[in-house]
Amino acid sequence: MNTAIETVRSVTGTYKYGFVTDIESETAPKGLNEGTIRFISAKKNEPGWLLDWRLRAYRHWLSMPEPKWAKVSFPPIDYQDSYYYSAPKTKDGPKSLDEVDPELRRTYEKLGIPLHEQEKLSGVAVDAVFDSVSVATTFRKQLAEHGVVFCSISEAVETHPELVRKYMGSVVPYTDNKHATLNSAVFTDGTFVYIPPGVRCPMELSTYFRINAKNTGQFERTLIIADAGSYVSYLEGCTAPMRDENQLHAAVVELIALDEAEIKYSTVQNWYPGDAEGRGGIYNFVTKRGACRGHHSKISWTQVETGSAITWKYPSCILQGDYSVGEFFSIAITNNRQQADTGTKMIHLGRNTRSRIVSKGISAGHADQTYRGLVRMGPRAAGARNHTQCDSLLIGGTCGAHTVPYIESRNRTATVEHEATTSKISDDQLFYCRQRGIPEETAVALVVNGFCREVLQQLPMEFAVEAQKLVGISLEGSVG
Amino acid sequence: MLEIRNLHARVQDAEILKGLDLSIGPGEVHAVMGPNGSGKSTLSYVLAGRDGYEVTEGTVRFRGRDLLELDPEERAGEGVFLAFQYPVEIPGVANTTFLRESLNAVRRYRGEPELDAIKFLKVLRERARKLGVADDMLKRAINVGFSGGEKKRNEVLQMALLEPALAVLDETDSGLDVDALRTVADGVNALRSPDRSMLVITHYQRLLHYIVPDVVHVLMGGRIIRSGGAELALEVEEKGYGTYVGEAA
Ligand SMILES: Nc1ncnc2c1ncn2[C@@H]1O[C@H](COP(=O)(O)OP(=O)(O)OP(=O)(O)O)[C@@H](O)[C@H]1O
Ligand SMILES: [Mg+2]
Repeated sequence: MNTAIETVRSVTGTYKYGFVTDIESETAPKGLNEGTIRFISAKKNEPGWLLDWRLRAYRHWLSMPEPKWAKVSFPPIDYQDSYYYSAPKTKDGPKSLDEVDPELRRTYEKLGIPLHEQEKLSGVAVDAVFDSVSVATTFRKQLAEHGVVFCSISEAVETHPELVRKYMGSVVPYTDNKHATLNSAVFTDGTFVYIPPGVRCPMELSTYFRINAKNTGQFERTLIIADAGSYVSYLEGCTAPMRDENQLHAAVVELIALDEAEIKYSTVQNWYPGDAEGRGGIYNFVTKRGACRGHHSKISWTQVETGSAITWKYPSCILQGDYSVGEFFSIAITNNRQQADTGTKMIHLGRNTRSRIVSKGISAGHADQTYRGLVRMGPRAAGARNHTQCDSLLIGGTCGAHTVPYIESRNRTATVEHEATTSKISDDQLFYCRQRGIPEETAVALVVNGFCREVLQQLPMEFAVEAQKLVGISLEGSVG
Repeated sequence: MLEIRNLHARVQDAEILKGLDLSIGPGEVHAVMGPNGSGKSTLSYVLAGRDGYEVTEGTVRFRGRDLLELDPEERAGEGVFLAFQYPVEIPGVANTTFLRESLNAVRRYRGEPELDAIKFLKVLRERARKLGVADDMLKRAINVGFSGGEKKRNEVLQMALLEPALAVLDETDSGLDVDALRTVADGVNALRSPDRSMLVITHYQRLLHYIVPDVVHVLMGGRIIRSGGAELALEVEEKGYGTYVGEAA
C-alpha cells in the first residue's frame, strides 16, 4: 500500500510547470487601496462606469468578513502584502502574434500551449493570460468570420461595452462573496466570449492562465455569452511556478446561456500545489456560475482539479429557463497537504429543469477533501429533477474525504436523488493487476482512471489528453 | 521448470505451508487436491508473490531463477500466470483496456514490441471466440457483474493471451456448468505444449477427466503428503481425505 501512495505522489506530486519566466514587468505598488484600483483602471483606459463599479465593490469588500464555512484552514491572508497588477512590459501591447515577446512565447511552448496558429494540430483557439494581462489570442480572424467574439475582457470593454455592461456582474454580483467582491474591485484581465444567435462555434475556445510574478495575485474574470440557439465549448488550463509563499487566485467566471443555447465549460486546474510539507502553493478561491436564462438552455461544467494548495470552488448553475439543464462533472485529486472544498450548486427556478452532478474525489497522503453540494428546488420548479452521484476514493490511511449535501425543496413535484460512496484502492485490485504484469504505478493509475471514467469521458478530446497526462492515466474507451 | 523445496510460508501469524516439495518438468500438468483451508491458494499466492504471504524457509526456482526474489509483475513477465480462485473486479476499467495493458506490459518486460490497438483487438477477438467469451464481456468493466462462470472463463482468456510458461489454475472449474467446463478444458488443453507447465488446483476429479494430469498431489497440513498418477484423484474422490490424516501429521 505504501508504494501505492508513493505512486500517486509521483503522478501528482512532481510539478513539471514550476519554472519562472525571466521577464521585465510593470507592477502596481504593493498593497490594496483605492489608489491601486484607480491605477489598474487607468492602465486599462477604462470608462467611468467600470471604475465606479470597481470602487463600489472595493468599499463593499472592506465591510465583508472572511468566509468561514468551508472545511479548509490557512492563516489569515495579508491583503496588503500582495501586488494586484503585474504585466509583461511592452510598448503598446502586441498587435499580432509575431509581436508577442519571444520569452513569453517560449514560456507557452514549454507549457505545451501553441500560440502559433500554424500549429493546426490542436485546432483550439487560445487566449493566453500571463499574470494580469492577456498576451495573445489566436484564431481571431477565423472566429470573426462566424461572428464569434473571442478576446480579452479589457479589449471587450473597449469594443463591446454594451455587452460587458449588460452581463458583467449579472450572474455573480459584486456583493456575492468576499473573494468575488475582491475580484470585482481589482480584476485585471480574462477572457470574453460572445456567440451570436444560431452559431455553433467552429472550434474549441481556450484560455491558458499562468501566474508568473512573485507575490502577485491573479484576479481574472471570464464572461461567456451564448446567444439564442448557439453552442460553444470552452476550455481553461492553469499553472504557476513553484514558490515558497502562497499566492492568491480569486477568479470569477460568469456564463450566460439564452434560449436553447449550450455552453460546455471544461477546466484542467493544475496550479502549483505546494511542496510535500505544505509550503507554498496557490490559494484557488474561485467563483464560477452559469445562468441558464433561456428555455431549453444548457450549461455543463467539467473540472479536473489536481493542483493548488487550497481549492475553494463551486461551479454552479442557475436554472431559470423552463426545461433548462445544468451539469457538473468533477474529478478532484488531493495529495500531501492539499485541501479542497469543492462541489456545486444547482438552483432550479424554472419548470422541468434538470440537473446532474457526478463528483469523483481522490485523496492521498495527508490531504483533506470535501464535496459540498447544494440542490435547491424553487417554488416554481414543477417537475424539476436532480441526480447526484458522489464518490470518494481514498489511498492510504491518513487522508480524509467528506460529503456535505444540502437539499432544499420548495416544490412537491420536484425530485432529488443523492448517492454517495467511499472506497479504497484495494490490495486485491493491485495484486491482480501486478500478477498480470502491470507495474504497480500503472495499476494505481488504471484503478483511478476507472474510478474517474464517467467524468473523463466528458472532456473534449484535446483536453482529455492533457488530463490523462496529468492524472497519469491512460484513457478509457480508446480501444474497443 | 518449477522446483519447490522445503517451502514454509506464513500468513498473518499462522504457518500455512510447512515444508512443501514439488517439482514440475517442462510440458507437465500437475494437479493439486486437498481439503478446504489446506493451503492450496496460499501456495498459488506464494508462487505469484503476493504481499503478506511470507516465505520463512525453503526455495523456489523457476526456469533456473530464484523466483522468490522477483516482484509479482516480474514473475508475470517471466511467465508465471495465476488464474484466481476469486477474480477481482475493477470498476470502470474495460476488460479490453485491462487485457491490452497487461499483454503489453508483459511484452515490454520480454523485450517484445507492444501491439497496437488494431493488432491487439484481432488477437483478442480470435482467442475470445475460441473460449466462448462474448464481445459484450470484453467491453464491460473487468469482472464487474460477471457471473461466477464468466469470471473463470475470463481468467482462461487472459491465460490464452499471455501464453505463460507456468500456469497455476486455482479452482478454475468451480462454478462452471458442464458445457463451460468443456470449453474451458479445451482452451486449457489447447495451451498444453512441451514448454508450458501447469499446476491445476481442484476439488473435483471431474475436471481431471478433461484435463488429464501427469501427476496428482494431495496437499494436507501444509505439505504434499501423497503423489501419484491420475488414479490418485479417483481414490481421493472415493475415500475422502480422512484416510490420509495420519500422513499429514
Ligand atoms: N489473509 C489471511 N489471513 C489469515 N488467514 C489466512 C489468510 N489467507 C489464508 N489464511 C488461512 O490459511 C489457510 C489456508 O488457506 P487457503 O486459502 O490457502 O486454503 P485452500 O486450500 O485454498 O482452501 P479452499 O479449498 O477452501 O480454497 C486457511 O486456514 C485460511 O484461513
Ligand atoms: Mg483456495
